[in-house]
Amino acid sequence: MKTYDLVIIGGGSAGLASAMGAYDQGIRDILILERDRELGGILQQCIHNGFGLIEFKEELAGPAYAERFVDLIVNNEIQYKLNAMVTHMSNDKVIEYVTPSEGYVTIKAKAIILAMGCRERTRGAIAIPGFRPAGIWSAGTAQRYLNMEGYIVGKKVFILGSGDIGLIMARRMILEGAEVLGVAEIMPYSNGLPRNIKQCLIDFDIPLFLSHTITRIEGLDRVSQVEVSQVDENFRPIKGTEKYFDVDTVLFSVGLIPENALSEEAEVEIHPRTRGPIVNESYQTSVDGIFACGNVLHVHDLVDFVSLESRKAGTAAARYLKNELKPGKTFDCIAKDGIGYIVPHKINIENVDKSLECMFRVTKNVKNVALTIKKDGVVLRTVKKRHLAPAEMEKLILSKADLMDCKESISIEITEV
Amino acid sequence: MYDFLIIGAGISGAMIARDLSKFKCSVALVEKDNDVANESTSANSAIIHSGHDPKEGSLKAKLNVRGNELYEDLCKELKVDFERNGCFVVAVDEDELPQLNFLYNQALSRNIPCSIISAEEAHKREPNLSDSVIAALDLPSTGIVSPWEVAIAAVEDACNNGVELFLGNKVVSIEKKADHFVVATTKAEYLAKFVINCAGVYADDIYNLVSDKKLFTITPRRGEYYLLDKQTTPFVHRTIFPIPTDKGKGVLVARTIHHNVILGPNSEFVEDKESIDNTQPALDYIRKEVFKTLKNIPLNQVIRTYSGLRPSGSTHDFIIEESEEVPNFINVAAIESPGLASAPAISEYVLNEIISKKFEFILKESRIERRPWIIINRMNYDEKNALVQKDPAFAQMICRCEHVSEGEIVDIIHRNAGALTVKGVKRRVRPGAGRCQGGFCEPKVVAILARELKKSPLDILLDSDDSRLLVGKTKE
Repeated sequence: MKTYDLVIIGGGSAGLASAMGAYDQGIRDILILERDRELGGILQQCIHNGFGLIEFKEELAGPAYAERFVDLIVNNEIQYKLNAMVTHMSNDKVIEYVTPSEGYVTIKAKAIILAMGCRERTRGAIAIPGFRPAGIWSAGTAQRYLNMEGYIVGKKVFILGSGDIGLIMARRMILEGAEVLGVAEIMPYSNGLPRNIKQCLIDFDIPLFLSHTITRIEGLDRVSQVEVSQVDENFRPIKGTEKYFDVDTVLFSVGLIPENALSEEAEVEIHPRTRGPIVNESYQTSVDGIFACGNVLHVHDLVDFVSLESRKAGTAAARYLKNELKPGKTFDCIAKDGIGYIVPHKINIENVDKSLECMFRVTKNVKNVALTIKKDGVVLRTVKKRHLAPAEMEKLILSKADLMDCKESISIEITEV
Repeated sequence: MYDFLIIGAGISGAMIARDLSKFKCSVALVEKDNDVANESTSANSAIIHSGHDPKEGSLKAKLNVRGNELYEDLCKELKVDFERNGCFVVAVDEDELPQLNFLYNQALSRNIPCSIISAEEAHKREPNLSDSVIAALDLPSTGIVSPWEVAIAAVEDACNNGVELFLGNKVVSIEKKADHFVVATTKAEYLAKFVINCAGVYADDIYNLVSDKKLFTITPRRGEYYLLDKQTTPFVHRTIFPIPTDKGKGVLVARTIHHNVILGPNSEFVEDKESIDNTQPALDYIRKEVFKTLKNIPLNQVIRTYSGLRPSGSTHDFIIEESEEVPNFINVAAIESPGLASAPAISEYVLNEIISKKFEFILKESRIERRPWIIINRMNYDEKNALVQKDPAFAQMICRCEHVSEGEIVDIIHRNAGALTVKGVKRRVRPGAGRCQGGFCEPKVVAILARELKKSPLDILLDSDDSRLLVGKTKE
């Protein structure tokens, strides 16, 4: 069985940046396993602009953003395999993958970085009533048909969910000559980035129905109509508020779910809220030597943040391989009132250099509040915030001094000002 | 001129076609849809019931018990999965105990293996049973199958042995001549000495093409379901039923042969024979009902909902008989639950009790055995690589959730009763049946179908002729 120092599962934005993170720390025996026909992951089908403002200080299309990283991988002669899907992974870091050129191959890794990304939540998962005809897709699948395969999926479209892919696809379908009759969002606020609401809906006069959902899909063979209803505060449809749209296509942009089937097979502990692995300050999971970053860990808003996080995970994996990660006591990061989750979930201060970035999301839209950070239940500090939204990932930097002497936990909560 | 023409390629038609293919005779199997097993056979509880439940003296009781006996060998011959994983019928209330005892005695009188077990024993064997369960009837001969796999394999086997399958042929008229029938479909005309009506919810309409007499009516009775993701540790080991009511066997929770979990069905008479939609009240009802018998149900792992129509007959029993008024026309109608469990026995009954009185069956000298589907995911390392050596397509992964390779898909397209549609591919080797519901693999499956069937991707169907997926090419 061939052994590699570092195997990275997934050659998308997380996998590529983590490879560079490890490479920059002197790790050379790296293998990236990518299941698609090219590196770059979902970026390859995101042909719209808006990527790279943080990472490269310029605005790029998805494939161009990917190319910058692919060039680094190629120029540094980091090994990768395409059409290579990992079929099994165990907690002793044995991996089985399959490619047409080699067949089924078993390898051993000294360290693994999980970078499998996420999948879209489906119509089935949210159990929307009605028929199950042709014309129902998740927005990303429609995007793949359109941008990668060169086919249009419909002429009259309704979109459920105001996630960014749905918004981007609303504009994209219009540019291809389709009609987009509306976007319904079950929450009282949009889940997409404000800039996408502006550029993809408002600029094209596409109505956004907040606190609305699809309550029925009609059409035995092909979608013919959707019934859209307003929902109450418990998200139950309100009778008498039904609107009907004659469409041939419904796209779903109702959330992304980290793709952790392999992680679960390797007995990596999964966080119930993020549905990604529980990681520490070094992005190490509950299994020794298995790291996670990018959308497999928690769903990000911007690829730039994925790259930043993944480079750090790659750096940490390199430190692990060089025996520089110190064992030691960890304490927990706890999401309290109004906070959905915090990554990392655990901290071993021995491995924090000067400071640590905590990423978190709030559970609902709030204005003029304070974030209260507590150490072992005692207020460390409060930070005033004018506006916080679940659609936007927040960042909190804790200095080593902040973390010093913490015994049990660091917590974040939203408090009144 | 065919000796036999079967209308409808659901589980009943499939079984009869296969059994007829063992004998020297010519058989046409005519189906309105673009695939076999496309209606009720693909949307039911997938349980091979023990036979404890149907009313004493009914055809249902007799054929269910016999069908259960036949299933194991049938599935071995067809090389499809069958698991006798058993079931519990559970009582959650003192008032239900008499009914539990009644079912126990009924099972006993039919020589069905059974026992009544304590709540403690039941919980030991099924830890997720509701705390309110007070006793259970254990019926270990109950089994599970993939109903469409059984039906598809049966039709494939039948076609390998001479049966001719005509898909996309909706029967529009049937004319009785002196010694044969003329059956016209939307595509062609077929002549046959015997017609066997296995048309499911449409069986009454089909009969009324040849007779004005309202011999029976079929009312669709819809059942809706939730399908949950594959479980790494089984949520239930066996099927769990509540105490039955006059509406049916109640909302069950079952592990499927593919290790998913199904919750359902409800029972609702509907008028339209195409009402295979899901409705909010029914889904809400199921969510509520399942908690009567179980706890810790992972409802956050729902990946799909579906619904199917039971062809409920006006006589409340299976209607399996030669028409008195139209000789050589055989109705196999009202095959609602336990239709799947009874299917091999229904076919046996049709051949032995009805046709053999009028037709001399001569066994064929030899038979072609069916080659099982290739399922890479179940092979060991060396078997997989031996296959890849022959064809690297078996190492080109198409479906990440169910681990399906391109080779497996190509294989099931180029078989008798092969897949012609995206749904047909999903039904056979499962790309699209997993948690992403085809989100990642569907474009690849469309491309493979187009290449193998020598069609444009624009002409690839999800299912029916009007279910094209793609509407045009993008702007250059």
